[in-house]
Amino acid sequence: MLSKDLLVVGAGPAGLATAIQAAKNGVKDITVVDLNMKPGGQLFKQIHKFFGSHEHRAGIRGMDTGAAMLEEAQSLGVDIWLNSACVGFYDDKVACIEQGQPDGTKKIVFMKPKTIAICTGGQENVVRFTGWTTPGVMGAGAAQTMVNVNKVQPGKKIVMLGTGNVGLIVSYQLMQSGCDVVCLVEALPGINGYGVHASKISRAGVPIYTKHTIKEVKGNGPNGRVSEVTIVEIDPKFNHIPGTEKTFEADTVTLAAGLKPVSDLVKLQDIDLVFNGPFGGWVPVHNEKMQSTCKGIYVAGDTTGVEEANTALEEGNVAGVSIAEELGCITAAEADAKRKEIWERLDGLRMGPFGERRAAAKKEVMEQFPGVRA
Amino acid sequence: MSIKEVGYISKQELIDAKQDISDARYAKGAVAVVECVQQIPCNPCETACKFDAINVGDPITNLPKINEDNCTGCGACVAKCPGLAIFIVNKAYSDTEATVAFPYEYKPTPEVGEEWEAVNRKGEVQCKCVIEKVMNPKAYDRTPVVTVKIPKEFADEVRSVKRK
Repeated sequence: MLSKDLLVVGAGPAGLATAIQAAKNGVKDITVVDLNMKPGGQLFKQIHKFFGSHEHRAGIRGMDTGAAMLEEAQSLGVDIWLNSACVGFYDDKVACIEQGQPDGTKKIVFMKPKTIAICTGGQENVVRFTGWTTPGVMGAGAAQTMVNVNKVQPGKKIVMLGTGNVGLIVSYQLMQSGCDVVCLVEALPGINGYGVHASKISRAGVPIYTKHTIKEVKGNGPNGRVSEVTIVEIDPKFNHIPGTEKTFEADTVTLAAGLKPVSDLVKLQDIDLVFNGPFGGWVPVHNEKMQSTCKGIYVAGDTTGVEEANTALEEGNVAGVSIAEELGCITAAEADAKRKEIWERLDGLRMGPFGERRAAAKKEVMEQFPGVRA
Repeated sequence: MSIKEVGYISKQELIDAKQDISDARYAKGAVAVVECVQQIPCNPCETACKFDAINVGDPITNLPKINEDNCTGCGACVAKCPGLAIFIVNKAYSDTEATVAFPYEYKPTPEVGEEWEAVNRKGEVQCKCVIEKVMNPKAYDRTPVVTVKIPKEFADEVRSVKRK
């Protein structure tokens, strides 16, 4: 059995920040496990420049932030296991990890870390309509990985469902890769993401149909692939309005209908969860230290409620400081001062009409924290 | 119709956000036009400007505001804006022509001297244009800034070129 000071599950912005911050504050033996072939979570497919302030590396592309964080973690001696999944926990917080081997096989490893940070991120939601299983219907995140990481176009003519920032940004990036986006379809009366992202789509001459949804996808293309997409206007109760159908020729449908927190590992521990609509589903309750209700287990990033990369990164910073405090590397007063600074930045990220809802949701989750159980 | 409903900005929204530029300033030459009317937590435009011509301040969700007198139209903010929402408009280019500079991240990158179709905020073709300048130094981090020459009457409309 391996013993470690800290096991971080997930090498996205939250997990990497947790590891970096813990290491910077004196935590020695840190392992980060991630089931992907590359670390960085979603950062490496974010080829666009990020919003935010100077402290958040605003104006820098997400992929470059990912590379910088990875380099920093490695220079601090953080051990990163790729192709490795934490598949469960035994009693007394013993983690069971499928460790990826250089030859591609996996080995089961048991680890008893003093502290654990669960930073498993989010998962895309699915939308069901007639023909939703047709080849060529995929998550917007999957399409983004294809164009930006694997450099493969998912198709030539794409219909995007959803106008949150993911739908808008991925539409733009699909066009950058040379695909044509036929239209964007949004069930709500207004565009859900930032107007500046929507403006890029509009300047490219791509129509955005609000109060519409996909009625049917036909798969008469090669090998049963998507051949046409019919959209329909909907009433305020989301019922189709007959006679308002429009049909487009397309070979791909991408779904950007939000994400939900991945809380599978959280559920295996004695951790209280709460359902939070704005955050996308069941989330672990935690305090301002990013402590869960189970002693020694911390949570950060989209696992605690779906937001965005900078917020995940700052929550990871908080968790890293708190872990250093729990392990006795820094004093409570030092930790409090560091956390205060990070929370000020977090509050900044949750301001304005787009952030207020997330700020309220976070407050609601933290207010339900009953305390840490040993 | 607001940007939230239709996906592009109206002149009234720019006026309401106090982001419209005065005719007197336009008469003096190139100036940055910020088209950012929603309160999002973002300020790289402010930090990009060496002339203290863009102010966001605290809180970071304030709308960016141009100081017309300080702005030299240098364009340092254009490639830095993650929202690609800043343009350099020069209505004093000549008696009949104006130039508009905008970020353009599609391939192929336009080349100086080529003729392209200039589009408005809705992507509708407004006129033919000639590529006047293409800037893509390292500091722009792979966001080329393209300047097009257009008939003056389209200076408030043209914000990009049609993707080839």
